[in-house]
Amino acid sequence: MQMKLKALLGLASALALSSALPNAAKAEELTLCWAAWDPANALVELSKDFTAKTKIDMKFEFVPWTSYADRFLNELNSQGKLCDLIIGDSQWIGGAAENGHYVKLNEFFDKEGIKMDDFVPATVVGYSEWPKNTPNYWALPAMGDVVGWTYRKDWFEKPELQKEFKEKYGWELGPPKTYDQLKQIAEFFQKREVDGKTVYGASIYTERGSEGITMGVTNVLYDWGFQYENPKKPYEMEGFVNSPDAVKGLEFYKALYDCCTPPGSSNVYMVESADAFKSGQVAMQMNFAFTWPGLYKDEKVGGDRIGFFPNPAEKAHFAQLGGQGISVVSYSEKRDAALQYIKWFAQPDVQSKWWELGGYSCLKAVVNAPGFASSQPYAQAFLDSMAIVKDFWAEPSYASLLQDMQKRVHNYVIAGNGTAKEALDGLVKDWTEVFEEDGKI
Amino acid sequence: MATPAPIARRVRGLSDRAIAWAFIAPAITLLLAINIFPLLWAIYLSFTNYRANRPNAAVEGVGLRNYERVLTDPEIWQAMQTTAHFVFWTIVLQTVIGFALAYLIDRKFRGHAFWTTIILIPMMLSPAVVGNFWRFLYEPQIGLFAYAASMVTGIPTSEIRMLGDVSLAPWAIIIVDTWMWTPYVMLICLAGLRSIPDYIYEAAEVDRASAWRQFWSITVPMALPFIMLAVLFRGIENFKMFDMVTLLTGGGPGSVTEVASITLKRAAFESWATGRASAFAIILFVAVFGLANIYVKALNKVKQR
Repeated sequence: MQMKLKALLGLASALALSSALPNAAKAEELTLCWAAWDPANALVELSKDFTAKTKIDMKFEFVPWTSYADRFLNELNSQGKLCDLIIGDSQWIGGAAENGHYVKLNEFFDKEGIKMDDFVPATVVGYSEWPKNTPNYWALPAMGDVVGWTYRKDWFEKPELQKEFKEKYGWELGPPKTYDQLKQIAEFFQKREVDGKTVYGASIYTERGSEGITMGVTNVLYDWGFQYENPKKPYEMEGFVNSPDAVKGLEFYKALYDCCTPPGSSNVYMVESADAFKSGQVAMQMNFAFTWPGLYKDEKVGGDRIGFFPNPAEKAHFAQLGGQGISVVSYSEKRDAALQYIKWFAQPDVQSKWWELGGYSCLKAVVNAPGFASSQPYAQAFLDSMAIVKDFWAEPSYASLLQDMQKRVHNYVIAGNGTAKEALDGLVKDWTEVFEEDGKI
Repeated sequence: MATPAPIARRVRGLSDRAIAWAFIAPAITLLLAINIFPLLWAIYLSFTNYRANRPNAAVEGVGLRNYERVLTDPEIWQAMQTTAHFVFWTIVLQTVIGFALAYLIDRKFRGHAFWTTIILIPMMLSPAVVGNFWRFLYEPQIGLFAYAASMVTGIPTSEIRMLGDVSLAPWAIIIVDTWMWTPYVMLICLAGLRSIPDYIYEAAEVDRASAWRQFWSITVPMALPFIMLAVLFRGIENFKMFDMVTLLTGGGPGSVTEVASITLKRAAFESWATGRASAFAIILFVAVFGLANIYVKALNKVKQR
């Protein structure tokens, strides 16, 4: 009898264990989804510490930038369970919050003592909040990024070029402070022979398919006075999107494209721009700051040959925000483990290591630490740029708004159709239709 | 080993029709699941305001509004025009060049098998590979195409911006598609040419018909059903062209190479206007299906002559 009882108990335990095992196995592995790029490799390295500490394995799903939005927005929209954690683009936050894709983190932050005041304010607004400027948090700022510029310091320092430049333009050749100066430098280098090779002025964003030209154009337009809407009346765009200053800014972007980019620059985004710089074709390059560590390490153009500067100023001084926050996907069955990862990632020592490995931390304790600005040659330019960021619409309909802008500005800047005023007037019309359809106006 | 009696009896008990159904059932099930059901679902969605990025929002019927919007949208008509331009020129070029190549290969000169294989290589490549390497070939600074064009025209290579120039970009795509798919047209035409019995030419020789006369009175009419078949296949394929355009220009500069399938993809998976995109897809489907049907009837008439 006792034997039978033991056997039954054994069987029951085995059954209980086997039914519990799948859950236990699930809790021991988290999948983090992000873009396939250099910082993702740094995150893989960093996450080894998390696994060592918690025994939770990390699996990564990285997708190239060209299909990043398509892949993961499809995943979220279909309420897929692939990603437990996602580092989603800043513009997704509105849609992801309103459609219930992300877990709201306020309660968790309060419980764990994670304070948003500890992070760079612009990154909190850009990556975490929806609605903007309200204390509703859907992500932890994870990867700070911003559009800035790199330049060929070695070319700028050539005495013969410095002399010729000074004679021609009346000021010392160096990182530009205004867009007029930037264009003068670009014109100066365009089709010039440097070290026996024909080089060009600047590489700027012109890509049509995803978001490239919009990121480049807005990056410049902000400085000329472009605004998305009337600050006093949301969604009123007439006179702001297409203001005379914004028109001038767009004309400037086209002039820069026409005068000073390498031949065949009609579809350039992050990779192509970095390639133009790495191959020694251009004197200056517009690109997101995430490319800087890699370029600095480059054997041919890195080290002493490269310099970094934030966007020049014009009427205003802004830069296009890039970067992302990390969120917990609401369809994940491993929410607790995912939150554990967020808690771990928010720690100052982890954030410090994140910066050391090549990620851009958004934690004030890291970026405001003494010695941060001199910790890397690009750290100061990154800090200066992050202080002036502005982002594209983060509305749930951001993709339609983005598409409209891609089409309108590419049509003017690259195809040369119509005028800048017509392009921006058309943009106001398109955006008004989107917001009308959304019931916002 | 003999089949056990009860099983044999059971199998013997199945009618021919039942056995036929048993064989085609898997294929029919798959067809229903991955073709017919999505089509019916898309038809349903085309009458709603459904947006795939808002799974929790209420889905409401909007009647014919999506169809009305699509049919009155000037951008969609622009995309249709771009598609028509692309389809027309690729078909003209591929048919003329493909038939000419087939005619040459059919002469059975020395080494014709080797040259046939060489000519067929482009169509064996993946469109992704073709798109990427033609992007490099078109590069104004390093591209072979720009060098060759510069040598012929005398225009500096930096000015030959095939993918960035509004007037050249549509032709850049037409050239790539023609390069890749002319061999396919050639193969079909070659099959047509080889199906013409030799005795017809021999009879024409006896009647002292000139080579020119033989070509127009025998070769072309008898190969015509094959040529028409090639045109049908290429027409349907090019109407759906997406990958090559995306890789080469992304629809730019501006929107000059934005063909209908790219507009559709943007509406469906970037704007997430699922209802409207479904309406557009149904319109495209009906257009292609309708035109193909008319064409097939014409093809049958030609074959019956």
